[in-house]
Amino acid sequence: MKCPNEAIEYMHEYLDEEISEENKELLKKHLQECEDCRNYFHELKKAIALVQSTSHIAAPADFTARVMANLPEENKKVKAKRWFRNHPFLTAAAMFFVLMSGTVLSTWNQDQQFSFSKQPSLVVENGTVIVPKGKTVEGDIVVRNGDIKVEGRVKGNVTVINGKQYMASAGNVTGEIEEVDQLFEWLWYNIKGTGKEVLDINENEEKK
Amino acid sequence: MDALVKLRIKQVLKGDQNAFGEVVELYKDKVFQLCFRMLGNRHEAEDIAQEAFVRAYVNIRSFNIDLKFSTWLYRIATNLCIDRMRKKKPSVYLDAEVAGTDGLDMYSQLASDIPLPEDELETLELQETIQAQIIKLPEKYRSVIVLKYIEELSLKEISDILDLPIGTVKTRIHRGREALRNQLRHL
Repeated sequence: MKCPNEAIEYMHEYLDEEISEENKELLKKHLQECEDCRNYFHELKKAIALVQSTSHIAAPADFTARVMANLPEENKKVKAKRWFRNHPFLTAAAMFFVLMSGTVLSTWNQDQQFSFSKQPSLVVENGTVIVPKGKTVEGDIVVRNGDIKVEGRVKGNVTVINGKQYMASAGNVTGEIEEVDQLFEWLWYNIKGTGKEVLDINENEEKK
Repeated sequence: MDALVKLRIKQVLKGDQNAFGEVVELYKDKVFQLCFRMLGNRHEAEDIAQEAFVRAYVNIRSFNIDLKFSTWLYRIATNLCIDRMRKKKPSVYLDAEVAGTDGLDMYSQLASDIPLPEDELETLELQETIQAQIIKLPEKYRSVIVLKYIEELSLKEISDILDLPIGTVKTRIHRGREALRNQLRHL
């Protein structure tokens, strides 16, 4: 080629966008004069354009999922933290449940001993509270973790928690008779009790 | 974009895997494209691209957060591709049975001979010819050409990715261009 050696070098500088104004002018001038170099330059640019024209291909659809499946197991603590962050309502509900059951169970456990309301004329035999024949109990009786046998009369309510009540005849108790066996019934009984107390307080205040 | 990536990387560093999923989403096409142009085979390209991301995750602690993440990621991918190209052997045999099928071999996975609509065929052929010419380039020219003209990276980035002086990158690009000119001028 009769062209100056610099011509091709200038072409590459031009394609790298690093050509100086001066060399650009020289290249331009040379290309106008020399057909070989013009063709050469054209072929270079064509090759680049063709390479760039290869349509951009995208990764397969499940690509990310597959990468994630191949990652080593992540820290459990972080996993749990994210779960809590993503489910605030469930987290709150779970917290509530845990705290609630904690309270309920501790109260329940405190209540596991045999006890009954102190009323005169009650007799106790082997964990059974007996209202003897011919006697009358004025007021309510509550028996925890034991049975009650009513042979006499009770002027009030009878409540048995975790136990059975045996009655000589139904008319002997003037108030309500209630048996509470399970944890939830017991819970309900406690709630009712609290409700009643609140109402009583209100009533008392109104009376005043 | 860089700020977002940085944030995600920090979350990954704290152990949050989902944040890495978002990073994969951002870069999967570029990395896959890079591998495909370097290796010329979709299947292999996906394998290597997958591995590049897994390696990036495993080694995330060695990434300097003040640098460009894409450069680091491309570097991992490019190195994996170059490794693969060097010890290239057929990754599948046509006689081999396809996993999970009953007696189907790889011949059944090849494109059928039914002719495509003509112009579609022509672009496809052209694309394939060009890809074939890229694959024909010697490895050291191929990587710079792919990074420069398909990933459209700057000379500086290419020099960082390949860990070569800019001067060397330039020379390789020039030689690669010359080779491509020779191979593609009759098209």
